[in-house]
Amino acid sequence: MKATLKRYRAFITVALIIIILTILNKQLGFKALNIAAYSFKEMLLVIPPVFVLLGLLDVWVPRETMIKYMGEGSGLKGIVLSILIGSAAAGPLYGAFPVAAVFMKKGVKFNNVLIFIGAWSTTKIPMLLFEISSLGGKFAFTRLLVDIPGIVIMAYILSKLLSKDEIEEIYKDAELINK
Amino acid sequence: MSTLILYSITILLLILSFIKDKKKTKMSLKKAWKAFENILPEFLVVILFVGVLLAVLNPETISKVIGSDSGWIGVILAAVVGAVTLIPGFVAFPTAALILKSGAGYMQIGAFISTLMMVGVVTIPVEMKYFGKKLTVLRNLFAFIFSFFVAYIIGLVVHSI
Repeated sequence: MKATLKRYRAFITVALIIIILTILNKQLGFKALNIAAYSFKEMLLVIPPVFVLLGLLDVWVPRETMIKYMGEGSGLKGIVLSILIGSAAAGPLYGAFPVAAVFMKKGVKFNNVLIFIGAWSTTKIPMLLFEISSLGGKFAFTRLLVDIPGIVIMAYILSKLLSKDEIEEIYKDAELINK
Repeated sequence: MSTLILYSITILLLILSFIKDKKKTKMSLKKAWKAFENILPEFLVVILFVGVLLAVLNPETISKVIGSDSGWIGVILAAVVGAVTLIPGFVAFPTAALILKSGAGYMQIGAFISTLMMVGVVTIPVEMKYFGKKLTVLRNLFAFIFSFFVAYIIGLVVHSI
């Protein structure tokens, strides 16, 4: 009980702030609550399948398979797969982190984990159609064409900026986090 | 539509898994729930926080800030607004189109969309839980800077052709 309360401490604090805000400015408070309810609905809609897939991946796909396709020495194949899996995803960026944790647990190369996060954040295929219809094909495809190499280069630089120990630490945490 | 596909695939795989091995299926569902519950407090904070943020920062306010002829200052402001807000894509794109109509340039919109998707100031606590402080800060910083490059290229391409 005490541990649960501690985990939800930040949530309770923000909730209190919203209540105070609503008392001070009813219109703004209700608007904030409305938007929060909307986001919550969105989360409930998109997030469950992502987590179920994550669970299935964790249980069914052997570590050796993941290492072969996306681990050290997977080369271009690993990079392409990371981009494709990230781009096929649905849901907000924060949904990508638990999936990344399972990837790390399964021995996916750090570089590819970062590429996956990058792809999930910005080259989502389901969103591309939306982007084309709202902002035009020229805008959408230019962004996509700049983003794909950008994601790969950034992943490379980021993994070089971290020491071996720091990366190992992140992998160790990933091992523990979904337990 | 994409949600429908996602659900269909998930349900299909779940049925396949259940036919093959009941116990393993149960285990994977348990893992799914644990992974979700683990991150739920942070999710809830993000959702509430975004509510407050978007209540204050509506499309009208945003378009005022990054309106026409706002130049590089407008690009920087657009990038900052995109970095701190978290709007789902199907709201963000139409909003961006609206802002574009009300006079913002493609470069500003490019910066806004790019940081909106790649940089998540609000979700930093969630990210840090998985990737630690250093990588989280670096990743967001790099994505922020990269967004200016994206904006510049978009500006070049859209205006020159």
